[in-house]
Amino acid sequence: MKGKVVKTLTLMAFLILLLIAMGSLHPAGKPVNTEMDDYFIRNGQVQTGSNNIVSSVVFDYRGFDTLGEATVLFGAALGVFVLFGRNAR
Amino acid sequence: MKGKTEGMSVIVKTVACILTVPAYIFGLYIVIRGHLTPGGGFAGGAILATLIAMLLVSFGRNLERGFRKESLSVLEILGMSLFITLAFFGLSFTFFHNILANSGGLFGMSVEFGPNSGYLNTGGLIPVMNIAVGIEVFSALSMIILLMLTGMKEEKK
Repeated sequence: MKGKVVKTLTLMAFLILLLIAMGSLHPAGKPVNTEMDDYFIRNGQVQTGSNNIVSSVVFDYRGFDTLGEATVLFGAALGVFVLFGRNAR
Repeated sequence: MKGKTEGMSVIVKTVACILTVPAYIFGLYIVIRGHLTPGGGFAGGAILATLIAMLLVSFGRNLERGFRKESLSVLEILGMSLFITLAFFGLSFTFFHNILANSGGLFGMSVEFGPNSGYLNTGGLIPVMNIAVGIEVFSALSMIILLMLTGMKEEKK
């Protein structure tokens, strides 16, 4: 009984906090800091020569992140190889 | 078409044969034009791996001899190391510096700001990296599919 009361009170406090947080949400479609985006949009095409700004961010400005993604895929393939490839011959 | 009992029906096999060519060309197109249109190495490699999955599902055991997991593994390591090597090329400036962009050579055409019709010879290292990532994603996903297929068959035995 006591545990239920504690759980209910915790949930209510969490929901009230959520409601308060919803009031302070930033309106959608109005970003605050756009300096980085503006820089990419203005200079990305000239600096990297790529029309696709997403591609220039993924493979040039944030290339290190892509290296991590490729490594994750490599590790996934390695795990499947270890799991299924031991007696498949 | 020998081995009629293996794989799926003749209709599925024929449709898979017909679909192979456009799917292959579409995957290569997505990989190569990744710096001009939406897409890139990841999406194009996934499309090519889907083509392999379609062929494996429709043809079954007939095709497994054609794909060896060792060669796919070698291809995967090749794509990964090509990607890292290309990243190291720009090390005189920073890691992942685009040295080929605006250099006038391979993929080195300079681009003005604003909309244009899209020239393939632009982008510097980005198209080359797209191709490397495409090879890697294609071989990794194909190897996962192939290994899971053969592993399932081993379990059934």
